[in-house]
Amino acid sequence: MENKNKTILSTKGLTIGYGPKMVAKDIHFVLEPGVLCGIVGVNGIGKSTLLRTLGRFQPKLSGSIQLEGKNVEDHSPSDLSKKLSVVLTEPPASKNLTVGELIALGRQPYTNWLGNLSPEDQKQVQDSLDAFLLNELKHRKCHELSDGQLQRVLIARAMAQDTPVIILDEPTTHLDLYHKVQILKMLQQLAHDQQKTILFSTHEIDLAIQLCDKILILDGDTNPFGDPCELIEQKHFERLFPMEMVQFDAKTGSFKITK
Amino acid sequence: MQGPAPYRLSFVLLGIALVLAWLLNISSGSVNIPFSEVVSILSGTAAQVDTWNYIIWDFRVPKAFTSILVGGGLSLSGLLMQTLFRNPLAGPFVLGISSGASLGAALLLMGTSLFVGMGSMSFLGDVSLALAASIGSFLVLAVVMVVAQRVKDTMALLIIGLMFGSITSAIVSVLAYFSSAENLQRFIFWSFGSVGNLSPQQILLLTGIVLMGILLSIISLKPLNAFLLGERYAQSLGVSLKRSRFIIIIATGLLAGGITAFAGPIAFVGLAVPHLTRQLFDTMEHKVLVPAVFLYGSILMLLCDMIAQWPNSANVLPINAITSLVGAPVVIWLLVRKRKMLF
Repeated sequence: MENKNKTILSTKGLTIGYGPKMVAKDIHFVLEPGVLCGIVGVNGIGKSTLLRTLGRFQPKLSGSIQLEGKNVEDHSPSDLSKKLSVVLTEPPASKNLTVGELIALGRQPYTNWLGNLSPEDQKQVQDSLDAFLLNELKHRKCHELSDGQLQRVLIARAMAQDTPVIILDEPTTHLDLYHKVQILKMLQQLAHDQQKTILFSTHEIDLAIQLCDKILILDGDTNPFGDPCELIEQKHFERLFPMEMVQFDAKTGSFKITK
Repeated sequence: MQGPAPYRLSFVLLGIALVLAWLLNISSGSVNIPFSEVVSILSGTAAQVDTWNYIIWDFRVPKAFTSILVGGGLSLSGLLMQTLFRNPLAGPFVLGISSGASLGAALLLMGTSLFVGMGSMSFLGDVSLALAASIGSFLVLAVVMVVAQRVKDTMALLIIGLMFGSITSAIVSVLAYFSSAENLQRFIFWSFGSVGNLSPQQILLLTGIVLMGILLSIISLKPLNAFLLGERYAQSLGVSLKRSRFIIIIATGLLAGGITAFAGPIAFVGLAVPHLTRQLFDTMEHKVLVPAVFLYGSILMLLCDMIAQWPNSANVLPINAITSLVGAPVVIWLLVRKRKMLF
């Protein structure tokens, strides 16, 4: 990766929360293009809050978020929509949209005031359909899709938005193991092939360890960030859950129930 | 998204249907005028009977035109509300916006005489009635919007809309109890709904209001499509939420409020027509839906008005009752057939 040294998204001393209520503090990470990064941590530790703060859906409490060398707050809304796309946990408001229509909505930042698609826009939509194996579903309505298919559509929409950064909130919940792996592999491919920076929250720690280039562990204390192997060596996963219930097995990179 | 091009045939058919409905509407009424005569009068030839000329040009044509404005405008406001509130059951009636207009009208027609005395009745023109109803509907719309921000649950929003309806009808009953028979009658006739009896000035004003609503809808086409994904997604696509929401609410308020003010509360058109239109145009693209819903609503209103104007009889049924009789079964049918109403 030639642009390994180029930082695309980074935070420094970031504190997040709602108004007076602080959820997590001291979050540091630095992400380069082409990096797939997972965010792990127990329920309620602030994974979603962090992603919402990065996506500017809610204000940060303190610290800084840098996106392409600029504070994220300094990007105009239309500028930001060309830099950062999102996949949220909530389903699309209208499930009557077809797959093709939904993905085409990802081109809105680039279209004219009427939202007409240029040939370039159509090509991007087609590329997204191809990348996520959705060609045959193009004319299906979203309410006819399975959870796994819908998730692929939403990620394809984010890809069609053609932003250097994509953030996803728990893209693998409600899916079976096969579809979890499928989604994560597709994300990995998207990150590596197209040099996208992809940041997602997940509870599949063992899968994240195998597939991610970087992992951010939210533990409410130091919030370690680094390569999965480094984090294992530094025994950060051991401290994630109470030892009497589950234990981390460093050899296999997975959790075992304490007998 | 696909543009309107693949739906050209459907649009042509709707256009033809609109012309037919318009002709049918004009050729029916309490006075029986032969269809051939109607066509020749419309094409500028003088009629055999002088009064027919007068009936067509001074009464039926303005009424048909008002029907188009009312039906199209209410349907468009229903579409805007369904997208904005992400709710297939939203519409001017369900969300209490018509109730707000009723309250405004009731306060003006029956309330002022209570508080100010009969002397003030002289300067209560029709413009002030329109204004009062519009203010009423805007106020309710604003409150519903504030509540919608806090209550994410769409079901709760509908219940709140119904409660607004109850509150306003309670206030209206109280006003009615103390009101004089004459004022009460004025209010009741207004609440029946009517697309006739509008003066040329009123029609001009209503045209202006509806055109304004259409214009605001057109400049909101792109944000409307983005809202189909939900507000957060829309925001991430660069849509300025506050601005777009504001424009759409103004458009909705103008259409629903203005029309209710002039034509009275007309039920179900705003709720049912967007769903009927989606049966014909299987898309969520607002570039297609906005004109289609307007056309469809106009046609439906022309036909409802024709039924209300019971052919060859002097009886005019309340149009509000007709639209309810047509609209309510449609909503039930859609719910039963599809099990789940989607928008």
